[in-house]
Amino acid sequence: MIVNEQVAIDHGLKKDEYKKICSLLKRVPNITELGIFSAMWNEHCSYKSSRFHLKNLPTKGKNVIQGPGENAGVIDIGDDDAIVFKIESHNHPSFIEPYQGAATGVGGIMRDVFTMGARPIANLNSIHFGSPQNKKTKNLLRGVVHGIGGYGNCMGVPTIAGQTSFDDSYNGNILVNAMTLGLVKKNKIFYSKAAGLGKPVIYVGSKTGRDGIHGATMASTSFDEKIEEKKPTVQVGDPFTEKLLLEACLELMAGDSIIAIQDMGAAGLTSSSIEMASKGNLGIEINLNMIPCRETKMSPYEIMLSESQERMLIVLENGKEELAKKIFDKWNLDFAIIGTTTKSKKIELFFDQEKVADIPINILVENSPMYDRKWKKSKLPKKIKVKKEQFKTLKIVNVLNKILSSPNVCSKKWIWQQYDHTVMGDTIQKPGGDAGVVRVHGTNKAIAASVDSSAVYCWAHPLSGGKQIVCESWRNLISVGAKPIAITNCLNFGSPENEENMGEFAECVQGLGEASSYLDFPVVSGNVSFYNQTKDIGIKPTPVIGGVGLISNYKDMVTMNLKEIGNILLVIGKTGGHLDQSLLSRDILNEKNGPPPEINLFNEKNNGETILKLVDKKFIKAAHDVSLGGIITALSKMCIKGKKGATLKKPNYLISQFEYLFGEDQGRYIIEIDKNNLKEVVEVLTENSVYFDELGIVNEDNLIIDEKSKVTIDDLIKSHTTWLTNYMNK
Amino acid sequence: MNSSVITFPGSNCDRDMNVALKKFGFKNKMIWHDDLELPKSDLVVLPGGFSYGDYLRCGSMASKSKIMKSVLNFAKGGGNVIGICNGFQILVEAGLLPGVLLRNKYLEFICKNIFVKVNNKDNLFFKGIKKETLEFHIAHNEGNYFCSKEQSKEIDDNDQIALLYSDKAGNVNENTNPNGSIRNIAGIFNKERNILGMMPHPERMIDPALSGVDGSIFFENLINNLK
Repeated sequence: MIVNEQVAIDHGLKKDEYKKICSLLKRVPNITELGIFSAMWNEHCSYKSSRFHLKNLPTKGKNVIQGPGENAGVIDIGDDDAIVFKIESHNHPSFIEPYQGAATGVGGIMRDVFTMGARPIANLNSIHFGSPQNKKTKNLLRGVVHGIGGYGNCMGVPTIAGQTSFDDSYNGNILVNAMTLGLVKKNKIFYSKAAGLGKPVIYVGSKTGRDGIHGATMASTSFDEKIEEKKPTVQVGDPFTEKLLLEACLELMAGDSIIAIQDMGAAGLTSSSIEMASKGNLGIEINLNMIPCRETKMSPYEIMLSESQERMLIVLENGKEELAKKIFDKWNLDFAIIGTTTKSKKIELFFDQEKVADIPINILVENSPMYDRKWKKSKLPKKIKVKKEQFKTLKIVNVLNKILSSPNVCSKKWIWQQYDHTVMGDTIQKPGGDAGVVRVHGTNKAIAASVDSSAVYCWAHPLSGGKQIVCESWRNLISVGAKPIAITNCLNFGSPENEENMGEFAECVQGLGEASSYLDFPVVSGNVSFYNQTKDIGIKPTPVIGGVGLISNYKDMVTMNLKEIGNILLVIGKTGGHLDQSLLSRDILNEKNGPPPEINLFNEKNNGETILKLVDKKFIKAAHDVSLGGIITALSKMCIKGKKGATLKKPNYLISQFEYLFGEDQGRYIIEIDKNNLKEVVEVLTENSVYFDELGIVNEDNLIIDEKSKVTIDDLIKSHTTWLTNYMNK
Repeated sequence: MNSSVITFPGSNCDRDMNVALKKFGFKNKMIWHDDLELPKSDLVVLPGGFSYGDYLRCGSMASKSKIMKSVLNFAKGGGNVIGICNGFQILVEAGLLPGVLLRNKYLEFICKNIFVKVNNKDNLFFKGIKKETLEFHIAHNEGNYFCSKEQSKEIDDNDQIALLYSDKAGNVNENTNPNGSIRNIAGIFNKERNILGMMPHPERMIDPALSGVDGSIFFENLINNLK
């Protein structure tokens, strides 16, 4: 095939990018080379629109062993143990083919983690669907959940937490973000940097097929009516092979044979080989006839661009080939010596004794395009004055029941019950809490993890929204008694070529950076997913944060269920009654305008750290952060989980009762304490200048808000648990 | 007491079972599916997981593994064998237990705590357990036990039902059946009752910090009975 500008455009490259390729190469590339460029230079692999902004994120900290740039981030959790973790999107494939799209998303992120030598110990996911009324939503949800479960369950890694939301803006473009945490010894971490000349390059895992060719390119464009035609670009997963690959890799990693290792994810053999060579400042030579292929007559172009799953590339020490082969034979996996490292600093591919590609590595990597795209700054929306008369028509208990049964608040048990969340025997906090918690096997330590996003806040004001999600993640970890350590992010946005969408990205990233820097909660890994849109309409900006924290003794873990009748409930943090962009405003009063709640980073940090002090002193019997739906929604969830009630005190606020109960001011928690500890708790709070209110007392089985508003916990449970199951079984 | 846990390609509860057996005093060995010989064992356990990726049928390929010849000889000679979850599926496929395990009635994977009624205590696995019901944990997609009428009668004649899905009080009915199993069967024995297959995972119930502690009752009782 003759390469020209049109062929390049069909590969998703821009005209000037094609010109740049020709001038850098000083010739026209052949079709295999063009394929390689298109794979390396697409948005998904090159981060060409996002790099400019991402470089400002805080990525360092005293617990950070490895920040962004490797397969995953690594943090120190003491005693020579480290946690490897990352979140990644698989949005486009999941919309085209929900089961395989979601399954391979989970498979891909687990591979990123065990590539670094870590055994995966927990999975999480953040999934976002269109309106429940949209005719595609139900099937997409079912397919995605089956796909996530199908892969994770088979791998034997517990899925410990997650997040699900519904919003019109995802009608034509759902989001599927998967996160994995792995455990490794600090001196056994593996990296992707090749080193040494003439070292054998090894291919292991599944055979290469024609599936997923151009997957990364597909993920870098918008959807139109022709998406059905893109089905062949979705990869097909085989969790069984991945389980074998995991065990085989860990077995090989126990020795000292591996110099560098890289999984074949997006853009398959192309990006893995180039990345290893680039990091080692070396060249790489591959004989494509040696690649184990599933189908006959695969061309060099197809081999290089295939995104077949469950494959790894390894640079071995000389002389270790036999030993390595034995391990992969034992696990019935393909093993092939496909090339060597060279001093040429080029990628050179051979097929049928002919050289089919010859490209200097630096052209592909360092010279890849980077754009400072135009973007529009968002103004802080004007505050909406909700008229007090509007509240008169509302009954508190009705509003509460409506919120508890709304798609974004209701129990997601239908989903997480389909995920094995107890395998590996260390899950001490199951899905449905503020964060999932697993013990570090054989120790007293435990790791807490949570995934969060607030698309509505980010849409209303990206800068505040960006800060808010980092704080929310921080709060969720604090609520289980964990010390927050670091985050990973998955930045889901519309087209970077649209100034408004790009503005949302730039400002969310800025907010995210400010909050994570202030909270000393650095970003150690992440992923950007642009072009989440159908035709010209982008999704609401949806950065997702995966937070990880440490509990030094798992017995000190905190849960949200109310524990004992007569205990006192406190609200930590100041309540101002912010209703704009709250569930009450948006869903009940149908008011979609106004600014999101303000973020005060000082209070956020101070409140969180003070709660941890109370946890240390064992004063906290239960805790839950106050988020969507305000104090009363948070308290209801604590009642539901503990199957206990609460009697509220009359608040001494000048704001209306609705503002008090449903306002979504940030930086707040509800804690349950023993009444005998009240004095000491108040002392700690006062010493640390933390604002608090007495909310009420735990009772047997009723939520008593005032003389007129009372509801049984059984009724609350019914409101909270029925919507999703009914929806899915209808 | 010596125990052996077999690891098949795709087993993923083998480590959990190893942890549980050791916790309650077994000297446990992990045995590779490609080995020919079983070491001297008082108990052999086929753990849960997705052996051979559930290809063909759950448990079917594992039932033809090299080690299974030794397991079959061991079991037929009266040796004590437990199959949990996928291990139960393997025992059924190997012909050591009657019936089959179909896909769950609602076609969904289920992971949750359940109660089982101990139906028969006249055997080594449950003799001496004081409680009538135990809280265990299930995590499976194909746990819907089924057998023919003739098999069902034979199971009854030989009193082979080990565990029935129930509520905490021991009531066995449709509401306490999580997966559609015929007659709420959660676990069965062979005729001689030296082989036990069950879907629930006692090894996930051995620590108050986890899902519960009734698994501890099971393992403590088992090692005492074996002594």
